[in-house]
Amino acid sequence: MSLLIVKDIHKAYGGIEVLKGVSFSLEQGETKVVIGPSGTGKSTLLRCINRLSPPDSGHVWLDGVEVTDPKANINALRAEMGFVFQSFNLFSHLTALRNVRIGPIKVKGMNKDAATKLAMEELERVGLSDRADAYPAQLSGGQKQRVSIARALAMSPKLILFDEPTSALDPELIGEVLTVMINLAKEGMTMLVVTHEMGFARSVADEIIFMENGVIVEQGTPGEMFSNPKNKRTGEFLHKINELYGETD
Amino acid sequence: MAFDWAWLPLLAHGLILTLEITVTCIAFGIAVGIVLALMRVYGGKWLSIPASIYIQIFRGTPLLVQLLMVYYGLPSWGISLSAFTSGVLALGLNTAAYQAEYFRGAIQAVKSGQLLAARSMGMNMVQAARYIVLPQAFRIVIPSWSNELILMLKYSSIVFSITLLDLMGVGKRIASHNFRYFEVYIVVALFYLALVFIITQLLRLLEKRVHIPGLGETAES
Amino acid sequence: MFLQREVLITGIAVIAQSMPMLLRGVRINIELLFALLVLGLLVGTLVALLQVYGGRFFGTLASGYAWIFRSIPAIVLLFLFYFGPSEFGVDIPPFFAAVLALGLRSSAYQSQIFRGALQAIPHGQMMAARSMGMTRIRAIFLIIIPQALRISIAGWSNEFSSVVKDTTLAYVVGLNEVLRRVRIITDRHYDLAMLAYLTVALIFLLLTYTGNWGLGRLEKRLRIPGLQMMRGGTREA
Repeated sequence: MSLLIVKDIHKAYGGIEVLKGVSFSLEQGETKVVIGPSGTGKSTLLRCINRLSPPDSGHVWLDGVEVTDPKANINALRAEMGFVFQSFNLFSHLTALRNVRIGPIKVKGMNKDAATKLAMEELERVGLSDRADAYPAQLSGGQKQRVSIARALAMSPKLILFDEPTSALDPELIGEVLTVMINLAKEGMTMLVVTHEMGFARSVADEIIFMENGVIVEQGTPGEMFSNPKNKRTGEFLHKINELYGETD
Repeated sequence: MAFDWAWLPLLAHGLILTLEITVTCIAFGIAVGIVLALMRVYGGKWLSIPASIYIQIFRGTPLLVQLLMVYYGLPSWGISLSAFTSGVLALGLNTAAYQAEYFRGAIQAVKSGQLLAARSMGMNMVQAARYIVLPQAFRIVIPSWSNELILMLKYSSIVFSITLLDLMGVGKRIASHNFRYFEVYIVVALFYLALVFIITQLLRLLEKRVHIPGLGETAES
Repeated sequence: MFLQREVLITGIAVIAQSMPMLLRGVRINIELLFALLVLGLLVGTLVALLQVYGGRFFGTLASGYAWIFRSIPAIVLLFLFYFGPSEFGVDIPPFFAAVLALGLRSSAYQSQIFRGALQAIPHGQMMAARSMGMTRIRAIFLIIIPQALRISIAGWSNEFSSVVKDTTLAYVVGLNEVLRRVRIITDRHYDLAMLAYLTVALIFLLLTYTGNWGLGRLEKRLRIPGLQMMRGGTREA
């Protein structure tokens, strides 16, 4: 059974339907990348999955448990799904280390020493153990995003949702974040990534989902998708992205 | 519960005195405040230091002490002022210190480019201040001055302690006659609430009328 | 000059003699200050939380409360709390009445400071907290409030500075604070009134100065990079 199943999600904001019935699934250890023009509901989709924005209809299952069940313990389920924001959203009043360990301590009830040790390991994993005592405002954008990935990892999640993790970064800082994500994929972390980084999609994704206007237009392996897209819109989008961002390898 | 409400109209008399004192002391405060602010910004060392000391002293000591000092203290040095004059003087000197700081902030919030542009077209310092900087500063400072007006309206209630029969003074006198403290002070409170509400609305209208689009929106007073 | 030299010298001697008495009065002002600030902090924080998170009903209620206590003069509140209950046969000691009147008034101003701070915290902070499985209440207490408290410190310094001075208003309900004690001096030595008031003014200058200095240091110590302090308080309202 798939680790994550998303079935027929609908979501409207102020009368405008942003998601018009989205379904897909994600296997254990798989990395799926969601691409598509801005404003097609990709970020909304991620927020519907952990119910930060509750979907209007449709279902989500995580490891056999229905997330969209109104009686589900949503906080326990969210603890199993890491979320990495475009704008980092590190807790401004906490150092990097404390940002990473607050979840394990307060949500999972881990003791402080164990959580500190774990947090240091996760910071090490993203290459920032030397910045453990820095406050978010003292970190570069790339460092902030790596801390926020460490924060997600410290919860030992079953999967991590990435919401355009590099879109708010200066071009020269994108690489360090992608490197961390590539390593995670190699280690077998299950990831659902919304991104415009085609190079990342091509080299890391097991499958790519192309979304437009609230629906999934096409889904397939990077090879199929990039060399011979079935849908005309997919081809057009990839072409345009290529023009905008240049050669993406 | 049948009360004798005949005392209500008396409060209206007190209200007039309250407004008189508030308006006079604010006007006085604006005049002195502007002078102080100009001394601080454009006055050079010899004028800005005394202005700054004045401001520190009046902001650093309680208003009630200032009031009692003027009314009960000065006579011991041979200066006797009427209660009304004492009240207006103490409140006015006090608010001047605060208004000066708001105005100074406003002058400094007018971007230095404005002054440069004025000088570059051949205006001298006085002209640049008079025609370019101050007109902008006045508009920026209006919200702070509005606040100050409301504040002085409320603080003016302390003049009852120097025997004046303002709204509060009348209230106190009535209450000490009929012993209906609770009703009387609640009514006095309602009078102040109504006053604050009405004046706030009026000031808001005024602010809208003199508002210049885009001016002072990023500047903090 | 109004002053003869020997009058001034004897005057200073009398004031110096009365100094311990005056300072005991100042101590009452300071006790009042701390009591009213604590009351104001507790109620003000609650009012701000209700305004921001309390929903429409409680939010409106809290805003109404804050408006009323900001709009009624401190003097009227003092009289209301001190004399009001006596009409119903309840006698409240002046200190207690002053703590209530000035404390609730301060709570209205403090709630404004804290509300501004709460609203200044970006929405993403709440989102991030919720996304890791924190409940809303937990996120408010662990993430939002600690940041808002730090942002508020500068505003609270302002409130402190104005409330220090406002403690003298409790004079009008007969609290045995420093201005009452000045009256004791001037009742006996009418000619020393100015000198006595000047002394009190000086004491308050020192108080506000040391207070501001201490608070400035506290602000610096508690400052966290990236969290801007926000001003505000009674006089700035």
